[in-house]
Amino acid sequence: MSDALDVPGRSSLPDRFDRISAGAFIAYLVVLAFFIWSVQKTGVSISDLIGGIPQMGRLIGEMLPPSTARLEAVAWALLETFQMAFVGTVVGVILSVPIAVLATPHLSPHPVFYHIARNLIAFFRTVPDLVWALLFVVSVGLGPFAGTLAIVIDKIGFCGRFFAEAMEEADRGPQEALSAMGAGRFSLIMCSVFPAAMPSFINTSLFSLEKATRSSVILGLVGAGGIGIELKVAMDLFNYDEAATIILAIFALVVLVERVSSFLRKKTL
Amino acid sequence: MSSEFSPADLVVRGLTKSYDGHTPVLRGIDFAVPAGQRVALIGANGAGKSTLLRCCMYLIRPDAGEVDLCGIRLEGLSASKLRAVRSQIGFVFQKHNLVPRLSALSNVLHGAVSRTGLGRAWFQGLASDALRSEAMHCLQRVGLAHVALQRADKLSGGQSQRIAIARALMQRPRLIVADEPAASLDPVAGDEVMALFSQLVRVEGLTMIFTSHDLTHALKYADRIVALRGGAVVLDAPCSGLDVTTLRALYE
Repeated sequence: MSDALDVPGRSSLPDRFDRISAGAFIAYLVVLAFFIWSVQKTGVSISDLIGGIPQMGRLIGEMLPPSTARLEAVAWALLETFQMAFVGTVVGVILSVPIAVLATPHLSPHPVFYHIARNLIAFFRTVPDLVWALLFVVSVGLGPFAGTLAIVIDKIGFCGRFFAEAMEEADRGPQEALSAMGAGRFSLIMCSVFPAAMPSFINTSLFSLEKATRSSVILGLVGAGGIGIELKVAMDLFNYDEAATIILAIFALVVLVERVSSFLRKKTL
Repeated sequence: MSSEFSPADLVVRGLTKSYDGHTPVLRGIDFAVPAGQRVALIGANGAGKSTLLRCCMYLIRPDAGEVDLCGIRLEGLSASKLRAVRSQIGFVFQKHNLVPRLSALSNVLHGAVSRTGLGRAWFQGLASDALRSEAMHCLQRVGLAHVALQRADKLSGGQSQRIAIARALMQRPRLIVADEPAASLDPVAGDEVMALFSQLVRVEGLTMIFTSHDLTHALKYADRIVALRGGAVVLDAPCSGLDVTTLRALYE
């Protein structure tokens, strides 16, 4: 019976939750209030969603079967889309390398270059590629060149950052060995930093090719070349069966690029 | 064999270094290594051995004091002149510090980078026949010509350290500086590496300074021992009059 006396009473049990401060409680309330307000502003409505189901059914009905009438034109547009992504990625990756070297703290020749390179990469990354496409459509005209340029800029923002991180994390031992042998900065980068960071460079580049393929599809919507414009025209003309063909083609391209890229990434490791 | 009048390859005078500004790691080190001599630098962890070796190459800048390396005062040298002096010194690290994804041969070729320029020594596939044959000769001298095209990260610890020595030989060095070259190897591989050093130094007339925690290595492979304690030299004597017991007492 003495054991029973040792069992702690309900009042002496530890708290189930941490006590929250008044400030944290108010912060939770503010976030909740903002969410409710945002739901109203965005017009989220269950009844509209339910009312839209028949409309959606009709749309799918009109999409089936997908039209094969303009298959050849769709195929060419798809190829152009991938070519934009491919050229944009290759050029972007090549331009990223020197910018990333400047943006790597211990490799940058001067703090001024370092800060310029870092901020340039951050700026390229934070502005969405669609905005770059709009700017290039205005400056170089409608067509795939504008889209390719947008992808180049987007890749510098993406690869520049990851390349710099990979080089920063590269083992310093071989770099110290090269310095001790009297090698200059450029030799040190070429002989020890690039070989060490190469698997990461290749992975990042393949991943950015996947990303570029997806975004090149969208860039057509603002007239920057590729299959996006075909999709927009088909939708605007209510040719939903043709739109379905285009959507399936995009899906096939993206899946194909992702598969090939993940296969190649496995091989590099 | 060092003659009495041979010029010193390394002269250190009044060297001090502190990493945080008030705790000295080195407090006024003086010593010289005459050409052709093998010097072992011993001392407990934190005695300042690695810092001293790096200060001798200006890989770490000393706070005060002078370093003459191969007859050249390092203080105030331009970056390019400093690189030219360093290129004559083969520095071997505790960890081999090879570039892991490159072949043994490419790693050895890197030893020639500052002499020939990057373009010739970057990658073995692009190097001239003369340079490739010199690099193969360096590999032969460490007994590893047969692994020339293997990737550095596929080699054993002992093999990697010998490749690092071949890379140092590719520099055509006057002086070999080695920071605990056998410490991360098993006893057999460690002995092999030290014996190789010793033989190369004797055959090629090089000068060598190395640090070691292995007192038998120090006595066996050096002509002279310099012991550090708390950042100061507490013993500087030829090996002939020393034994392990005497040296061990320096650690207590």
